[in-house]
Amino acid sequence: MIDILIHCALALLMPPLLLGVIAKTKAAFAGRVGAPYFQPYYDLIKLFRKGSVFSVTTTWVFRAGPVITLAATLIAALLVPLGRHAAPVSFSGDMILFAYLFGLSRFFTTIAALDTGSSFEGMGAAREVTFSCLAEPTLFFALITLARMSKSLTLSTILTHPTPANWLTAGASMLLLVGALFITLLAENSRIPFDDPTTHLELTMIHEAMVLDHSGPAFGIILYGAALKLFVLGAVFANIALPVATGNSFADWGIFIASMLGLAVTIGVVESVMARLRLVRIPQLLVGATILSAFAMLLVLR
Amino acid sequence: MSAFADQLLVLVMLINLVMLGTSRLLFCIRAVALQGVILGILPGLIHPISGHLIGITAVIILAKGVVIPYLISDAVRKAHIRHEVEPYLGYVPTLLLGAVFTALSFAFAETLPLAPEHKDLLFIPASIATLLTGFLLLTTRRKAISQVIGYLVMENGIFVFGLLLSEAMPVMVEAGALLDLLVGIFVMGIVINHISREFSSIDTSRMRTLKEE
Repeated sequence: MIDILIHCALALLMPPLLLGVIAKTKAAFAGRVGAPYFQPYYDLIKLFRKGSVFSVTTTWVFRAGPVITLAATLIAALLVPLGRHAAPVSFSGDMILFAYLFGLSRFFTTIAALDTGSSFEGMGAAREVTFSCLAEPTLFFALITLARMSKSLTLSTILTHPTPANWLTAGASMLLLVGALFITLLAENSRIPFDDPTTHLELTMIHEAMVLDHSGPAFGIILYGAALKLFVLGAVFANIALPVATGNSFADWGIFIASMLGLAVTIGVVESVMARLRLVRIPQLLVGATILSAFAMLLVLR
Repeated sequence: MSAFADQLLVLVMLINLVMLGTSRLLFCIRAVALQGVILGILPGLIHPISGHLIGITAVIILAKGVVIPYLISDAVRKAHIRHEVEPYLGYVPTLLLGAVFTALSFAFAETLPLAPEHKDLLFIPASIATLLTGFLLLTTRRKAISQVIGYLVMENGIFVFGLLLSEAMPVMVEAGALLDLLVGIFVMGIVINHISREFSSIDTSRMRTLKEE
């Protein structure tokens, strides 16, 4: 019971902190002081207090977009095990629901972008679906590989299965999976090298270009949803990359929080040392990630 | 020890894919050099250590990891080319083909009647996958240098296959193959230099225009 409460509290409250840590890491690399760790929370509070402006050309789809996106991501957050604790909701085959909840949220983000009739947003939507349809096979290959290793179709079992002993016996395929999943994590969350979340040029943006017309609370929901998505996919990654379990419930929660913060720092470092890729190079990298995870599956199936 | 050899063979197969996906020739040459060094380490992992084993390891690492890559990169520098431009087939399609070939080589290795102690090792799939990668590089790239690299990768594939048979294979055969390869690369380097000096391009698809009108 306590585990479920901690799970919900962490999933609801922690995501913006990750963005704060990433921003702080980037600031440290650039030699700046940077915004405080809790800046994303202040931003969200500010946005929720504002009024909304809706363009007259938009319909209910535009208003539903952010809400459905956030709802789908929240359900996904309930399905994924955090640390070594089973998820609050789990059933056989929930890995497919997990993957397609992100599909649903993406569909509504893109359709809300198209609903505005803005050419920039249409462009962003086209890019988003193109790149995500290349990133999706990677996630599936990774999940299939882990499902095969753990002989289960439940996300809770699949993701708590990797242990240090596992890493020793199937080290090569685990390493391939971690590499592929990290690339997917960056691509799905529109981070550098795929997309620059801080850019202010519509022509080069992917995810940010789609939400230009949202304002006030709706924009706050989108930002929060994006942070939550980073949190959920980061939790999947942390479960596989850092398979340590102490047996003590609270120690495991501590390890989980530390590993998530570590992941945020890693993303910050990657963003500081890399430049954004040219758009034509992105599919190449995503296909490379798919091949890595397919190769991992091949090694496990053999 | 054979578990560690398997991890190294996975690395060999990943290097195959890297070579299929990159357009920078120098990077490709470095990748093939690394592959050569890994191949040099492999015999020491699966056979008991002896004098001639150490000798052959040193010779392989020297030839595949240092001398041959040096010769090719020298040719690249003299011919002033850095990128493979416009291959017959794009990088993403060749990368996907390479992945499919790797999967097929796993499937094919299953059907081969192997000795029981070799059944679970990655040697056969890695060897066939490397061989096929070499074929892919040879057939889809335009530049003569890329084709030389493809030829090298093919030889690496054959070498991996030979590792399993090395009890039956005398040192002289292996040394002879290595020498042939070295001379072959040397000659190709000279030929490439001559081509680039005479015709200002080493694009093999333009070779048909060499004939006099």
